[in-house]
Amino acid sequence: MREARLLVRLLADPARVGEVRDWTSLIALARAESLIGSLACRLEGLDLPARVEALLEAARRDGESARVQALWESEMARRALAPLGVPVILLKGTAYAAAGLDAGRGRSIGDLDILVERPALADVERALLAAGWEWVKEDSYDDLYYRRWMHELPPLIHRERDRMIDVHHAILPLTARPRPDMEAMIADRVPLADGLFILSPPDMIVHAAAHLFADGDMAGGLRNLWDIDRLLREFAERHPDFWPALRERARRHRLLSAVERAVRLAHHLYGTPADWGRLKATDALYRRRLLARDGWGRAKRPLTRLGFYVRSHLLRMPPLMLARHLWVKARKR
Amino acid sequence: MRNVFRLKVGPVSFRIGSQWREPVAALRRLYAGYPEPEGVCDFTVRLEAERMWRRWLRPSVAIRGDYVLPDAAPLPLALGLLAAEMAMNLQMALGQKQFLLLHAASVERDGRALLLTGHSGAGKSTLAALLGERGWRFMGDEFALLDLEDGRLHPFPRAVSLKNESLGLLNGVDPARLGPVLTGTPKGTIRHLRPNPEAVARMGEPARPALILFPRFGRDLEPAIREVGAAESFMRLTQASTNYVALGERGFDALTRFVGALPSMAIDYADTAQGQALVDQLWRTG
Repeated sequence: MREARLLVRLLADPARVGEVRDWTSLIALARAESLIGSLACRLEGLDLPARVEALLEAARRDGESARVQALWESEMARRALAPLGVPVILLKGTAYAAAGLDAGRGRSIGDLDILVERPALADVERALLAAGWEWVKEDSYDDLYYRRWMHELPPLIHRERDRMIDVHHAILPLTARPRPDMEAMIADRVPLADGLFILSPPDMIVHAAAHLFADGDMAGGLRNLWDIDRLLREFAERHPDFWPALRERARRHRLLSAVERAVRLAHHLYGTPADWGRLKATDALYRRRLLARDGWGRAKRPLTRLGFYVRSHLLRMPPLMLARHLWVKARKR
Repeated sequence: MRNVFRLKVGPVSFRIGSQWREPVAALRRLYAGYPEPEGVCDFTVRLEAERMWRRWLRPSVAIRGDYVLPDAAPLPLALGLLAAEMAMNLQMALGQKQFLLLHAASVERDGRALLLTGHSGAGKSTLAALLGERGWRFMGDEFALLDLEDGRLHPFPRAVSLKNESLGLLNGVDPARLGPVLTGTPKGTIRHLRPNPEAVARMGEPARPALILFPRFGRDLEPAIREVGAAESFMRLTQASTNYVALGERGFDALTRFVGALPSMAIDYADTAQGQALVDQLWRTG
């Protein structure tokens, strides 16, 4: 996919902007991959055609309003949960924005993701319901499935602000094979000024890599890998012994292979300054999936996508359980 | 994409790609005489089969593009033109961030613009189309684009979509300006009218707004004119805007300046001739 490779090159090296022949295709692709805001921030200040500059300026403003809204939503959750006295850890986009990390620049932020200790889950749920959040899914099988097997509560939506919150107690489903050390992850949290927390730098990478390679079907993968590149660069610059600490931490959470793959692919696609070895044969498949979109924003390579879709289910549960799950889901249609 | 059509409407440009030939051919006919955009297009629209086999088997057109609504229902291929129009509207509603987008019609006379806004069925399309044929410059019947910096209105003269009983308005219009009759759409029978050559030729000219008008159409209504306070006008316009919230403070500033600087009026009318007479009366006295 020529346009996807161009987008990746430009994010890594904005000076190559002269290679763009077809801005419409590049922008359609960047929108489809939720990377338009990041691209706009990377190309800021360069000499661009006026119409392109106007579109990118609008995307930067959009990113800024996404940031403000996300921070407001996290403040709303903080107020609802403060009386409980349990640590609330921000995850993903909201965490990057709240911590002022480079990964948050221009990033679109959808739901609010938070992590709390599992024993506090029932209290957190009650406090959120009391503060105006409501269940999205009414279905009892889905509800039971979430509560028994997932790493998060069924999604809640705020009835006035119309924003979703995902309350996690782990970073992977309980049915997945790796069982990260959640106690250690929560214990090592880093405080923010307002009383909320974020994960420690190595754990933030572990979470992003787990989310990308050990869970889900790689939808939005190009953006998630871009997050990882930005985080790695920033952490490695700040902490001289970051790389060995990351490896150590990933091993502890039994996610070393996912983190290694993330570092290899980020280096390969985005030029992350980390040499963790050459791409492996299997990495090429992931790369193929990451770049499977064209200049019309269309999903391409249906077989590769299907393969990753099937894999995402196999990662989440053992085959017999998967069969039962799909049977229940199919009967409900 | 095999069939591509690029369209410029006012300050906004679209790249429309279709798996089928027919919708693009219909667009080319309807938008004959419109300029081709130069350089980048603001939005990409895709008309494609919802599932692979639906390209040939009872073909249905999914409404897709840079921005999508997950539950937008596909339309049969015979309504491909409507699908294209809806897909362009969707891109504007969800993706337009360079202007404050008002769900409103607008017309201009002597360099001053009249904004017509109201619920669907209030008659703004019909009234704007009518005025556009009778001495006013038609600026658009679906969206008005309020400039966030200088407060001017930018034209967005897409084809006018006339529905059901309004179709009578088309009697006597040059048939070359008409799209196909689209029956069985979710909104009944629809026919598109290309704005007249003046509206197309001057689509690059913004105009200073002079009056905000809230028309209300109803067969039993007595003709009436009423003043609308700035606060009420503001609230109704926030509801008529698709991107007011997304624009944040800039949207608030632009809209407060807008309602603060011009009068807002409401009219009730029972037929289009009466509506036009009320508009003329307001325009002369205002």
